[in-house]
Amino acid sequence: MILFFEQTLNGLQLGVMLFLLAAGLTLVFGIMGIINLAHGSLYMIGAMASAVIAMRTGSFGLGLLAGLGAAGLGGMAIELGVLRQLYARPHLDQVGATFGLILLVDGLATMIVGRQPLFVAAPQALSGAVTLWPGLDYPVYRLVVIGVGLLVAVLLYLIVHQTRLGMLIRAGATHRETVRALGVDIRLVYTLVFGLGALLAGLAGVIAGPLVAVQVGMGEQILIGTFVVVVIGGTGSIRGAFLGAMLVGLVDTLTRAFAPGLLKQVLPASEADALAGGLSSIAVYLLMAMVLLVRPEGLLPAQGQTQ
Amino acid sequence: MTSRREFLSGSATAMGLAMWPDTVVAQATPVKIGFITTLSGPGGYIGEDIRDAFRLAVEQGQGRLGGVPVEVIVEDDGLKPAQAKTVVERMLKRNGVKLFSGIVFSNILAAVVPDVLDAGGFYVSPNAAPSTFAGRNCHKNFFAIAWQNDTLHETAGLAANELGYKRAAILAPNYQAGKDALTGFRRTFKGEIAAEIYTRLDQTDFASELAQIRAARPDMVFQFHPGGLGIAFIRQYAQAGLAQTVPMVVPESSLDSTILAAVGDAALGITATTHWNADFPGEANRAFVAAFQAKYNRLATVFASQSFETALAIGAALRAVDGDLSQADAFRAAMLKADFPAIRGAFSFGPNQHPVQDWWVIKVEKGADGKPVLVTRQKIATGYGDSYAATCRL
Repeated sequence: MILFFEQTLNGLQLGVMLFLLAAGLTLVFGIMGIINLAHGSLYMIGAMASAVIAMRTGSFGLGLLAGLGAAGLGGMAIELGVLRQLYARPHLDQVGATFGLILLVDGLATMIVGRQPLFVAAPQALSGAVTLWPGLDYPVYRLVVIGVGLLVAVLLYLIVHQTRLGMLIRAGATHRETVRALGVDIRLVYTLVFGLGALLAGLAGVIAGPLVAVQVGMGEQILIGTFVVVVIGGTGSIRGAFLGAMLVGLVDTLTRAFAPGLLKQVLPASEADALAGGLSSIAVYLLMAMVLLVRPEGLLPAQGQTQ
Repeated sequence: MTSRREFLSGSATAMGLAMWPDTVVAQATPVKIGFITTLSGPGGYIGEDIRDAFRLAVEQGQGRLGGVPVEVIVEDDGLKPAQAKTVVERMLKRNGVKLFSGIVFSNILAAVVPDVLDAGGFYVSPNAAPSTFAGRNCHKNFFAIAWQNDTLHETAGLAANELGYKRAAILAPNYQAGKDALTGFRRTFKGEIAAEIYTRLDQTDFASELAQIRAARPDMVFQFHPGGLGIAFIRQYAQAGLAQTVPMVVPESSLDSTILAAVGDAALGITATTHWNADFPGEANRAFVAAFQAKYNRLATVFASQSFETALAIGAALRAVDGDLSQADAFRAAMLKADFPAIRGAFSFGPNQHPVQDWWVIKVEKGADGKPVLVTRQKIATGYGDSYAATCRL
């Protein structure tokens, strides 16, 4: 029971990480119609900038600011420099161009930072574990990750549904020409939206720093999972991204945790381990396939995107 | 003003002329070494170390290995078997390369090396040596310099016995080398396996596995996660508070000096088994460690040491045939003598052309400057070969 609770927490934590990435990806796709494969690169930029600054200054806080700044500004530069030319182009062109961006950013990162993984420590106050239950010690840092992720989800919901920028974002998604006719600089809105998405990816990167290896290629690793989340949740929808991320996080974690044990009830141990290993690798894709069978648009597609 | 056509035909002629001497005076041209390695993505640093140490050896010989001029053609496989296959095909057919090295990961090696061997080429492995090339399907043109994959883990099992552990949780990624790892550890570990867990090769978050380890209540954890995977694993292990309660025993590839630099104090107390460490005595090793540090401004990893020796081994064999790889039998015979100053100490080839060597226990301790460092403790195995050699017939 304790194990199940702990694994659920782990699933939630993976889920909020995926949400931070998927939210930006789906925002950009839903509103600007851009398939941005380079989203993982922004995650890497955030992680690297924060790692470099945190190493130099010894302060996680300064690292956080640097990571957010680098990812946000990097994102806006990419929007102004590259993506702006691609809005009217077919999706295949966008895929090609943003794939090129991945290679470019990886190459630049190798030149600037090198291939050696960077060291970034969690702040002293957040390292170590806390006893949640007798017998359940949970890393403080992971609890903070869950908290930050949920907070961001709420903030994002408020921005999109309660603010003037959010209104423009929603209107721009469905009635681009009307918004423009009303005298709104839709291009500026796009740049801001893209910057916001980049900021979220950068935040995910900064948070991931003390957990994983900060190195070239870390963005591509997490990108596929992020796309699965967006597809399951329904493209263009923040609520969908949240639901999808939580589902993927939980399914992935719980199959990894419990599939071997369950399979051992019916199979010899070594076969069960091998089969469970395979099953947990494809579990999220199975989930995606099932969702697409039942709801081809995803679980909570954005309104106005379905025609 | 020349027309475009003239320009094109002119440059084509020039290129033809440039090619001409190649085919006529084979002796004067350097021996081409196809160096396919993993330079991008997580684990890219391993390929970088392997490439840099090889280059260091070539540079120390002023462009020669064993006195024979060589040209090292480096290509990135991106950890994609298909990409590696394309590269090797091009090198074989277009560049006429006969001698290959450099591969980091076993799954790439499995995809590429059969093509090399079928074409009559040689492969000298600075790292990966999966079981599939060590036993019944061993090949006269395949040489492994570092180890046979399983021995890394067999010696970790020996160390675990020595330390008196009775219940082990064991983990590795779900691919060939990962399976070899768990098989190897099981082969020598005398205690009970409390949990056997396969992770994904692209996994960076191990929270779920850590919870399973805790639930299994083992004496120790054995894990094989090279490169960036290992960094994530060891860090999260410490964050989960497991580092203080359940000691870890790992093969050297899960704890090289780069991983150590990235995880910092989280690695204190971890035990590993290795065939080489930076603090090994011997003039050759000291000189290598110092030269690598001076040139690249970082501590040489175990991967770098293997690759440096690979270059030396190739050099010794090239010297014997004066760089003429068409004397295949003579080249093979010279390789098998292993007539090079191995920086790890004693080295010879077993009957399946994999190393027979000594293994050591190393431990992460706080160094003089307060930073964690790998310290050699004791010998765990002497003249240790691998468990597939007996089934290989050459």
